[in-house]
Amino acid sequence: MMLGRTAQNLFWLSRYVERAENMARLLEVGYRMSLTSRREGGSSEHLMSMMQAAEVDEAFAAKHKTADVDTVAHFMMFDPDNSSSVYSCLLAARTNARSVRTAITTDMWESMNGAWLEYSQIKPRDVRGAKLLGLLQWVKQRSHEFRGALLGTILRDDGFAFLQAGNFVERADNTARILDMKYYVLLPRATLVGGELDIQQWTLILRAASAHRSYRHVYHDRYKAQNIADFLILRPEMPRSLNFCAQFVQQNLDLLADFYGRKQECQEAASQLLAMVEDTSMEKIFSHGLHEFLTEFIARNNRVTDALSESYNFY
Amino acid sequence: MAETAPFDEMYNADGSVREPYRALNAWLEEQPDKALTLMQSDAEAIFRKLGITFAVYGSEEGTEKVIPFDVIPRIIAAQEWRKLSKGIEQRVKALNAFLYDIYHRQEILKAGRIPEKLILQNAAFAPEMMGLEPAKGVYAHIIGVDIVRVGPDEYYVLEDNLRTPSGVSYMLEDREAMMQLAPDLFHRCKVAPVETYPENLRRTLESVAPAGAGQSPNIAVLTPGIYNSAYFEHSFLADQMGAQLCEGPDLFVDGGKVYMRTTTGPERVDVIYRRIDDDYLDPLTFRPDSMLGVPGLFNAYRAGNVTLVNAPGTGIADDKAVYTYVPEIVEFYLGEKALLSNVPTYNCTDEEQRNWVLANIADLVVKEVHGSGGYGMMVGPTSTKAMHAEFRRKIEARPDNYIVQPTLALSTCPTYVNAGVAPRHVDLRPYVLVGDRVRITPGGLTRVALKKGSLVVNSSQGGGTKDTWVLED
Repeated sequence: MMLGRTAQNLFWLSRYVERAENMARLLEVGYRMSLTSRREGGSSEHLMSMMQAAEVDEAFAAKHKTADVDTVAHFMMFDPDNSSSVYSCLLAARTNARSVRTAITTDMWESMNGAWLEYSQIKPRDVRGAKLLGLLQWVKQRSHEFRGALLGTILRDDGFAFLQAGNFVERADNTARILDMKYYVLLPRATLVGGELDIQQWTLILRAASAHRSYRHVYHDRYKAQNIADFLILRPEMPRSLNFCAQFVQQNLDLLADFYGRKQECQEAASQLLAMVEDTSMEKIFSHGLHEFLTEFIARNNRVTDALSESYNFY
Repeated sequence: MAETAPFDEMYNADGSVREPYRALNAWLEEQPDKALTLMQSDAEAIFRKLGITFAVYGSEEGTEKVIPFDVIPRIIAAQEWRKLSKGIEQRVKALNAFLYDIYHRQEILKAGRIPEKLILQNAAFAPEMMGLEPAKGVYAHIIGVDIVRVGPDEYYVLEDNLRTPSGVSYMLEDREAMMQLAPDLFHRCKVAPVETYPENLRRTLESVAPAGAGQSPNIAVLTPGIYNSAYFEHSFLADQMGAQLCEGPDLFVDGGKVYMRTTTGPERVDVIYRRIDDDYLDPLTFRPDSMLGVPGLFNAYRAGNVTLVNAPGTGIADDKAVYTYVPEIVEFYLGEKALLSNVPTYNCTDEEQRNWVLANIADLVVKEVHGSGGYGMMVGPTSTKAMHAEFRRKIEARPDNYIVQPTLALSTCPTYVNAGVAPRHVDLRPYVLVGDRVRITPGGLTRVALKKGSLVVNSSQGGGTKDTWVLED
């Protein structure tokens, strides 16, 4: 027996941990790009498009006039007014964890609580330059540690399924947004060889998904727009691809239905999400329109959350 | 009483070691330099990592703090404990009988043993409870009796705490930490276990489930939520008992029955261990602006469809003004003399007593009748002249709002402080469960005033805790 609120807290606990990690990934990419950009004003452009992907660009613009590295880093890492900043995500995750302490294991709690205690002690002004990259690495590691504690210690019951569903709904959302931010550089063009600028953009996309090295293992080829899109959308073995995430969402909602012995609306929503990335090809997706495809995917992913809330009495 | 040296639980006046502390003393002497310092910092790390925190209202630096834990345990001999627990059992039985009487025939008032006005016009009296039949006739199921020791064989009850006493999780975690920090010390002493508390709590709650609840009643712990100062304890106890930890919005009442909202729909609730004050339980019966409670809960309770633990209205039996009558209460209901003493208490509404109090305030302890947690309290001997003057004014303005007691020389125990090991004042809060029978966990929470000479042990005022060992024969 589980309270609807508990299920909701578990789902969002995972989402926020995953989001904290993704914000760190995005900021890392934005930061690296801003370092290597040679064009005048290019650095701020990269940072802005990174914030667009994170959907915090408007909140940023409302507060700041210029997007220099320090201002953006502070906004993404420490600003409590930015509801997606690493600070806000870790606080929200820890608050959710605290609400459901009885539903998570001691190892999960200690990992989450430890991460928050350490992070809340950090003085933002001490985090610049090389220190920033170190801290971004730390955020990713704490996310890995939490996931490890989760996978290693929690019972495979309804609580587990809610946690996993949250994790993969959030990741799917994030990958789709990264792709959508740069969808135009992924479109097939007459010229098969990308220019300097394209390569830089492709690297950005792959890095944001921790996919710049695994790409080589899968394609044994130089960066190509079509492969990159294929890798992050359709490849079932790529753990941040839309296909992979949608499968995990579906699996965990099926697990819930089995556990409770009752089919639910949200399973249908998950099937509709998965249908978009199964039994299809990049050709079909491109002919339909990549941007339209991604917009639809994000919308269906949101519907999964709504249907899940409905089916299991989140409130 | 304040002038004489306080009773030390480890050392006799001649410097020899008291029997129950022999093994501890030997162990302490064997510890190499810095060993205690290391243990102390290990302890701090253990507590912070586990997130065993409490919130200090009005504190600026973050909302969560760790209560200081002292690594030197406090020890109580088996025969000392037997005597104490007999006295406690007698007291909680009498207080429950008193509550039943007050909310039914009020014999004790009719007999003139307690002034009627003191009860019926008391803010802690709950007229809503009149005539209600709680399961097994029990009102106060979970009790934390505050006791101080002033001599080898001399104990006083300071407060009975019949509402929702907190701190039991510290009793359990202190033991857990102590076992991690000094396992070798446990080999040398036969310490009675406290780990049985959550199981006994569950049994107690099950034993007072409504008649129709079946073999395995559904138990919920009702918490005000994560921002409450004792939230850690609420979640800890729910976890240890395997009960659901609920907030008000997780529960609802339908057709006079209480349900929780689960992932698979409504689920009946039989027993609610509520950690919400009476006033906030049910906006339909008590405070209408309460966001913490459950609308309709009290009616479900009245209808006998759910048990509230503790019952509303128990505050009338631990009210500071009613406290002075407890020896009377024990005699009236049990026909026995009270085994545990009350602290002599001066009544400031009586002119003669008030004048004496005002003249001697520097030697006395003044407490607000409805204060708790060490707030609104003054310890004469450790307060300034200005404070004395301030409390004189307060008492003159509202004599009924204060009780006054002599300053007790609380016993001291060896405690780790910066300067090494030194005696500090302690009190004791044993935890008592009342259901089908009375269950008292051997030990309890020892609170220690870490400041030299201080007599205020409350955690909100800089007090710490110690693991409390009751030795077995």
